[in-house]
Amino acid sequence: MSGQPQNEIHAHFVLQLGEFALDVSFSAPAVGVTALFGPSGSGKTTLLRCIAGLEHAAGMLHVNGEVWQDDKQNLPTHKRQLGYVFQEASLFPHLSVRANLEYGLSRTPTVERKVKLEQVVEWMGLCHLIDRGDPASLSGGERQRVAVSRALLTSPRILLMDEPLSALDTASKQEILPYLEKLHRELNIPVLYVSHSLDEVARLADHLVAMENGRVIANGPLREILTRLDLPLANFDDAGAVIEAEVGQQDPAYNLTQLNFSGGSLWIGQVKQPLGDRVRVRVLARDVSIATQFSHGSSITNILPACIAGIRCESSDKVNVLLNVGESQVLLSRITHRSLDLLNLTVGLKVFAQVKSVALMA
Amino acid sequence: MENTLDPADLQAVWLTLKLASVTTLFLLFIATPLAWWLAHSRKWYKGAVAALVALPLVLPPSVLGFYLLLLMGPHGLVGSLTSALHLGRLPFSFAGLVVGSVLFSLPFAVQPIQNAFEATGKRPLEVASTLRAGSWDRFFSVALPLARPGFITAIILAFAHTVGEFGVVLMLGGNIPGETRVLSVDIYNHVEAMEYGTAQLLAGGMVLFSFVVLLTLYFTSGKLLKVSR
Repeated sequence: MSGQPQNEIHAHFVLQLGEFALDVSFSAPAVGVTALFGPSGSGKTTLLRCIAGLEHAAGMLHVNGEVWQDDKQNLPTHKRQLGYVFQEASLFPHLSVRANLEYGLSRTPTVERKVKLEQVVEWMGLCHLIDRGDPASLSGGERQRVAVSRALLTSPRILLMDEPLSALDTASKQEILPYLEKLHRELNIPVLYVSHSLDEVARLADHLVAMENGRVIANGPLREILTRLDLPLANFDDAGAVIEAEVGQQDPAYNLTQLNFSGGSLWIGQVKQPLGDRVRVRVLARDVSIATQFSHGSSITNILPACIAGIRCESSDKVNVLLNVGESQVLLSRITHRSLDLLNLTVGLKVFAQVKSVALMA
Repeated sequence: MENTLDPADLQAVWLTLKLASVTTLFLLFIATPLAWWLAHSRKWYKGAVAALVALPLVLPPSVLGFYLLLLMGPHGLVGSLTSALHLGRLPFSFAGLVVGSVLFSLPFAVQPIQNAFEATGKRPLEVASTLRAGSWDRFFSVALPLARPGFITAIILAFAHTVGEFGVVLMLGGNIPGETRVLSVDIYNHVEAMEYGTAQLLAGGMVLFSFVVLLTLYFTSGKLLKVSR
């Protein structure tokens, strides 16, 4: 449809399911990974099901300039060019692994096919599993990889993932995460990713739609939403900022690598990525302390000049401070109310952010 | 005392098998959509339909046969219709027996299939729809294969139950050799005529047949359950 932006999702849904009411309206870029984030019961899965057409809500939905639902029509799920990965792999038990993969592929018109079976199989590391007869013989992580591949093989224009890691144990999660990150980096398919884990979202998402009680409470670029003091996200134990940085020089003597970003640089335990590669790191609010003067006698390597951009007191022992680092980067810092008063911190004050630890995300 | 089976007895055996096969075939076509509807519908009158389907389980076969006789008789609703369409009358004909048997064995076919559809749940069908399968496609490529154990149970039960039918046949079909005289009626005739030897032979065969059927059911459903786990 002309006049509709090509790379965007516009959705508006109203749905009453027993006691629960969903009433959402949002637009998100249909590029990269958009996370639908919220506590359980916030309606994120229901929203995803509405987008897939598995749940019939009143409203409208435009995806990539195509009308999937409006007042006049409501495309059935099988006519929407989407891939859907459920919480549990949900492989067909009566079909072999290969037949599971071919199920969607064979129903996709040849002209719409963008990927080949062999390609996806190799790409998702399934070569040794494809000839297994019974999908029940696969491990949880393997099953979910088959499910993701099966969805990809329909050459979807958008991939919907409903907490694909939540049914997996930690080991399986670690096994499958690299594949999802690869998906993010190499495949040009927009992804809508439902999650209640801040860690997963910080790792994978570019854009974040935060939900609560069936409503969208915030919607914007990941970096911005994660550090907004007025949102409940800033209050999580593992709240923090995400920094996109470039791999810089190595310090082989101490096994350290420098990461450069617009607001400065951070030293981090040696990374494998080559010079100039883009990486994502996460700095938790609880790992950032504030000093009003540069401290020469500190064991902390990463001290960044910063400017206080916002302060929000959540409780007597919990104050969240938003710090501008350089032109476009922000950090969150969690301090106590006493420190706030002792240091006389106010918005606009120039300070030093002492970063105790930096976690590499990809 | 005669101890052998004459051609009339073999005819009764053949007729019984024919009736059971035809009935089972019809039942599959009727019970499958009915079971699907019962498994997925949320209509308020679903309970009433389920009860109607289950009615033959509790009704004496003679009651069912009696009402069918009235319904299909010359003054009955169905009877007038079949006469008007020059189809002849259903009572005391093989076709009438099929109608009676289908109704009589309906719950035995519907319930296992319905249970299988319910056990499959909605998820596999939702998955199929996200993989671009339309509703008929989903039904044939996912719902049917996943409900296979239910279908096997339904086929075996419906077939066996029809073989063992007596009351409905007697009310509706009577005792016409080659047309409505099935095995159970044949045994009854032999007993009436004090031909206990032949009755023994036929009745013993029925016992053996029923036992083998249930044994098969036990093993196949057991095996199928293991496969689906």
